[in-house]
Amino acid sequence: MIPFTYTRASSADEAASMAIRTGHKLLGGGTNLVDLMRKNVELPSCLVDVTALSDSIKETQEGGVMIGAAARNSAVAAHPLVRTRYPMLSRAILAGASAQIRNMATVAGNLMQRTRCIYFNDVAGSRCNKRSPGSGCDAVGGFNRYHAIIGAAPACIATHPSDMCVALAALDARIHVYNKNATRIIPIVDFHGFPADRPDLETVLEAGDVITSIEIPVSPFAARSAYRKVRDRASYAFALVSVAAGVTMRERTIDDIRVAFGGIAPKPWRAFRVEMALRGGPATQEAFDDAVEAELARAVPLAGNAFKIGLTKRTLSAVLTELTGDAR
Amino acid sequence: MTIRINNNDVAPPDDARVSLLDLLREHLHLTGTKVGCNQGACGACTVLLDGDRVLSCLTLAVQADGHQVTTIEGLGSPEEPHPLQAAFIEHDGFQCGYCTPGQICAAVAMLREAASGMPSYVTVDLATEKTFLSLEEIRERMSGNLCRCGAHNGIVKAIQQVAKEQAA
Ligand SMILES: Cc1cc2nc3c(=O)[nH]c(=O)nc-3n(C[C@H](O)[C@H](O)[C@H](O)COP(=O)(O)OP(=O)(O)OC[C@H]3O[C@@H](n4cnc5c(N)ncnc54)[C@H](O)[C@@H]3O)c2cc1C
Ligand code: FES
Ligand code: FES
Repeated sequence: MIPFTYTRASSADEAASMAIRTGHKLLGGGTNLVDLMRKNVELPSCLVDVTALSDSIKETQEGGVMIGAAARNSAVAAHPLVRTRYPMLSRAILAGASAQIRNMATVAGNLMQRTRCIYFNDVAGSRCNKRSPGSGCDAVGGFNRYHAIIGAAPACIATHPSDMCVALAALDARIHVYNKNATRIIPIVDFHGFPADRPDLETVLEAGDVITSIEIPVSPFAARSAYRKVRDRASYAFALVSVAAGVTMRERTIDDIRVAFGGIAPKPWRAFRVEMALRGGPATQEAFDDAVEAELARAVPLAGNAFKIGLTKRTLSAVLTELTGDAR
Repeated sequence: MTIRINNNDVAPPDDARVSLLDLLREHLHLTGTKVGCNQGACGACTVLLDGDRVLSCLTLAVQADGHQVTTIEGLGSPEEPHPLQAAFIEHDGFQCGYCTPGQICAAVAMLREAASGMPSYVTVDLATEKTFLSLEEIRERMSGNLCRCGAHNGIVKAIQQVAKEQAA
């Protein structure tokens, strides 16, 4: 690691005024940033510890939940409001990493975590347009089992690795961001970008931006929701494919539905086409399959990850069968 | 400020690059805590920070300033082993022993988490506040600690025995 200094911010304002300086980077639990610094992928000259920002988890006036940026992943997963009203979010967080890492990781850090693409993480040996724009991509012709099948670009096929964010995408979470006396609210589906032009820019955040909280609106469909993750081993591994889904039924018809995919795209992938295809229709195997096909019509599978098309289809079908079970 | 490690006050290092793991092993010679991958993937470096299990390889020592750290050395001694240490011996919860300090620190925190109603990915009903530590639950909750020797059956049995004793 190159030398750096360490300081603690006691408020969002203080954090923002430090974050705007060259070489300064915010530090949550450090589970991603410290690792990337050790690998020389990230080279900050000063770390600004923001774990003293709000970590509260509270009901909003509208009946949603507001989660402070510094809340630890495990605290969110264990919170009674989250467990009972947004089970998919609890389950998604619990599907990620290990208990030790979830105790350390903050929700802001989880939103901002970088891809696990092995070429991105290999400074000495690999070309990567995300790490060093214009240098090329060794993943396209390389080992791409863990890479994206949809939404990617020839310049970058890395996936966003978060489980939590997949549930947040299905829940229409809103990210509260502070900068210079002003707060703006960014819908989660707009928070992470597409790699087409600038794979190095992963989110819409700008210099000096500090995430202060994540707001989850009231979601009637979330009470009946689930998160399922398929991976190369039963636990402590990143997703090959994951599905977050919530459904409300009116008799035998799908009244409302939210679906998001993880492991297959450069960002947590809200499956609007799946939702459109299923809303107002029957909860049948055929309908589920047609819906996935509509979503994945634009998929560009590679040598190592074409299996994800079938796996996405089967995983969604399993989750929706479970969620709509007694109403079918 | 200071870092309180096994009830001793320790000054944080001047160099912010020093990990909590290196502070423990290289500066304080508390070599019970092991270094495996040094990148968060194995759990060998697990210690307790204010009672919660964390990875000391991904924790900067300066982040622990003002907090309490407990390592395997602070849990028990050969004369007075922690109940989990005794159970690991009884159930052959190790072969080479390299992962063991991390396993035991993780298990201490895991039993407390379970007692407080913390769910896991395999908990069927997330709304329930009562956790029954089945073998499946213990395996999932301990999945952050790898064992290269494959002593998992003994590890899980040792933990389940202590869980039962605590519940009794
Ligand atoms: C071995 C291993 C396995 C893992 N497995 C999984 C998995 O299966 N699923 C999964 O989802 N995740 C997994 N993770 C990733 C883990 O979830 C992330 O590392 C973690 O969520 C990051 O949170 P943090 O607080 O530690 O972030 P940090 O590492 O502290 O920071 C990450 C980024 O967030 C920025 N940041 C922090 N706070 C703020 C803020 N308030 N405003 C703006 N920017 C901020 C930092 O500047 C940095 O760029 C794994 C990690 C490891 C090491
Ligand atoms: S040494 Fe820390 S997790 Fe492997
Ligand atoms: S006992 Fe050898 S690694 Fe676990």
